[in-house]
Amino acid sequence: MKPRHKKIAIAVGLLGVVGVGVGLILQAFNSNIQFSYTPTQIAAKEAPVGRTFRVGGLVQAGTVARDGVTVRFTVTDTAKTVPVRYEGILPDLFKEGKGVVAQGQLGSDGVFVAREVLAKHDENYMPPEAADAMQRAAKAKALVQAAK
Amino acid sequence: MIPEIGHLCLFLALAVALAQGVLPLVGAQRGQASWMVLARPLAHWQGLFVAIAFVLLSASFVRNDFSVLYVASNSNSALPLPYRMAAVWGGHEGSLLLWVLMLNLWSVAVARFSARLPLPFAARILAVMGLVSVGFLLFMLLTSNPFDRLIPAAADGRDLNPLLQDPGMVIHPPMLYMGYVGFSVAFAFAIAALLGGNLDAAWARWTRPWTTAAWVFLTFGIGLGSWWAYNELGWGGWWFWDPVENASFMPWLAGTALIHSLAVSEKRGGFKVWTVWLAIVAFSLSLLGTFLVRSGVLSSVHAFATDPRRGLFILGFLVVVIGSSLALFAWRAPKVGLGQRFGLLSRESLLLANNMMLAAACGAVLLGTLYPLFIDALGMGKISVGPPYFDAVFALLMAPLVFVMGIGPLTRWKQDEAAPLVKRLAPALVIALVAALGVGAWAGRITLLTTGGLLMAFWIVASLAVDLKDKLLPAGSSFRQVGHRAGQIPLAMWGMLAAHLGVAAFAFGVAMVKTYETERDVKMGPGDSTEIAGYRFKMTGLREVPGPNYAAMQGTIEVSRGDRVIATLLPEKRIYRVQSNPMTEAAVDSNPLRDLYISMGESLPTGEWIVRVQYKPFIVWIWGGCLMMMAGGVLAMSDRRYRVKKAATAAARDREATA
Repeated sequence: MKPRHKKIAIAVGLLGVVGVGVGLILQAFNSNIQFSYTPTQIAAKEAPVGRTFRVGGLVQAGTVARDGVTVRFTVTDTAKTVPVRYEGILPDLFKEGKGVVAQGQLGSDGVFVAREVLAKHDENYMPPEAADAMQRAAKAKALVQAAK
Repeated sequence: MIPEIGHLCLFLALAVALAQGVLPLVGAQRGQASWMVLARPLAHWQGLFVAIAFVLLSASFVRNDFSVLYVASNSNSALPLPYRMAAVWGGHEGSLLLWVLMLNLWSVAVARFSARLPLPFAARILAVMGLVSVGFLLFMLLTSNPFDRLIPAAADGRDLNPLLQDPGMVIHPPMLYMGYVGFSVAFAFAIAALLGGNLDAAWARWTRPWTTAAWVFLTFGIGLGSWWAYNELGWGGWWFWDPVENASFMPWLAGTALIHSLAVSEKRGGFKVWTVWLAIVAFSLSLLGTFLVRSGVLSSVHAFATDPRRGLFILGFLVVVIGSSLALFAWRAPKVGLGQRFGLLSRESLLLANNMMLAAACGAVLLGTLYPLFIDALGMGKISVGPPYFDAVFALLMAPLVFVMGIGPLTRWKQDEAAPLVKRLAPALVIALVAALGVGAWAGRITLLTTGGLLMAFWIVASLAVDLKDKLLPAGSSFRQVGHRAGQIPLAMWGMLAAHLGVAAFAFGVAMVKTYETERDVKMGPGDSTEIAGYRFKMTGLREVPGPNYAAMQGTIEVSRGDRVIATLLPEKRIYRVQSNPMTEAAVDSNPLRDLYISMGESLPTGEWIVRVQYKPFIVWIWGGCLMMMAGGVLAMSDRRYRVKKAATAAARDREATA
């Protein structure tokens, strides 16, 4: 091989390696994006079944029920609610009536099976996903009232 | 009075910083020595004023002066004194003051240890650091004054976030900030060199120890944060790919690339444009990290009050700093000459590969961290990028990086031959493979991921051993010379060995803990027991214990293996009185082979508790690896050549003076 051809071969090889690398990174990125849905969206069947996503809102007061390691509670955006099941230890700042974000999958029975539950980090703080869900529900309500 | 004096000191510091940022810079452009020499005394004065302000804010905390809004929001009279000190940087305003204090510590250090630098260069460096300081002081005075009064004064404070009441939290922020802000030195060196047009090997040699020092602090800060999260959050995880962690990890990756690229710039005069670019990027990522963490755009323990003005200010500052330095870069960089040519297989080419992979890793983390923010800002919904993405990317990029790490140190600069290298390293690869499979077999399960991780760890160790053996005991030499030869090896080389061994220890720890950890959430009351990984955990008691500012429920858990009791662990669930927040205080029995980790979850109406029991093999190796990397950095920056040159220039100056 002539030196010039060698150089071209190396350049092509490097480009190929970089291309494959970037492709793999973007592939991993694409398959790991998790969307957030509000309880209203879930009630309207906008959320996918069998794919991991997040749901944000408030823990509805009086709905937290423990059965050994399994815990059930309801997340609300004040308009609609979604039942959640979780196995394990809830975060310290998980409280009824406070903001929460659950990450997991929606079962075909309509129960959201959470693999991870996140709560706010201090008493004044609301997770953005939860705040967003509440705001949307409030807007929707205002719209409905205006229409009446 | 004290807060007002502190406030005044900040104004004085701002005035001095303005002078420090403008006069020496103008002096250096015009060649006026009388203006350039102002840089050092001004840096000292600014440092003094900021230090006084910091001491005065601390004094307000010690004196429980709840007429200061910041003290009232972040402290409490029942808070123990060490935590009252830590509370100084427990909130937004104080942590900003800490940032500025760190920046000034670095400036003063540069002012003191820059005697051998040419005056215009030193003046420009200190001026750039002064301008950065102006930005942060303005930010503090305009949007986040820590000395704001609360009228009328609060009867008592709202207490420090219980999560932050931990010894690790007392030193994590200062160390992390030392690292973040330390990159401002490398940044200032780069900008000064671009302005002065003296981007040469000497510039690289001057920059290296400073960059390494910042990197050491950042490594320590990140390691400490990880260790804190492990001990304090009660989940037993050590890294979550949380955006806030990523914010500190990105400058680390860029800084690591910078350290390696500086080596080429110093030894071979190459990669200079790339090195300058990395110095700018590392500091920009530090600023971005500050913005992400402090502006409240991320949901995390680090996000304080969400005042949009603050976010806007930092964003604006970020744009000014990055924009102006990139403009300068675009203007001056084409004038920088290229270094010497190098062959396809040479230490340069391998360091280039190292830099490409670290840059790719940094870019991948940036993508995963910022993309959700963009989508949100565009109103396209809220998304998050899960840890599997980051895990996959790192597995993908670290494997070739570590492979190159094994070869690089054995390769000659400029051009090397493949055949002898293969001959030297083939045994190392075989040994590493056997060792990786052997450990897998010993642990009872061989998986692709474990073998890959362990192979990386053993490959680094084996290749370093080959390198060391060839250096200490070249073919045909006698054992008696070993001591002498070891003395000949420069400290920087030992530093490289230690840091790379640290990476091996880290990879080993990660591979072991990821594959062989086990955990179980169980219902437990006094008398109940459970078993994982051959250890038996028995709850023998459950009692209430009072703390200074909290009440706790404490479980007594006896851990036994076979018939032998090996530890008694006391996990707690604390309720902090003021913020009435519960906090999990995990109990850990740790040794180099494994951690046993217990945390109390929730109590059940029956009086039993949900308890999480975890077995974490070799997890302390992860932090041990970080410590070794740091030790490597410290060794590298203490290398003789950084000091010898200084003595030589001093001697030269003396000669000039007497001549």
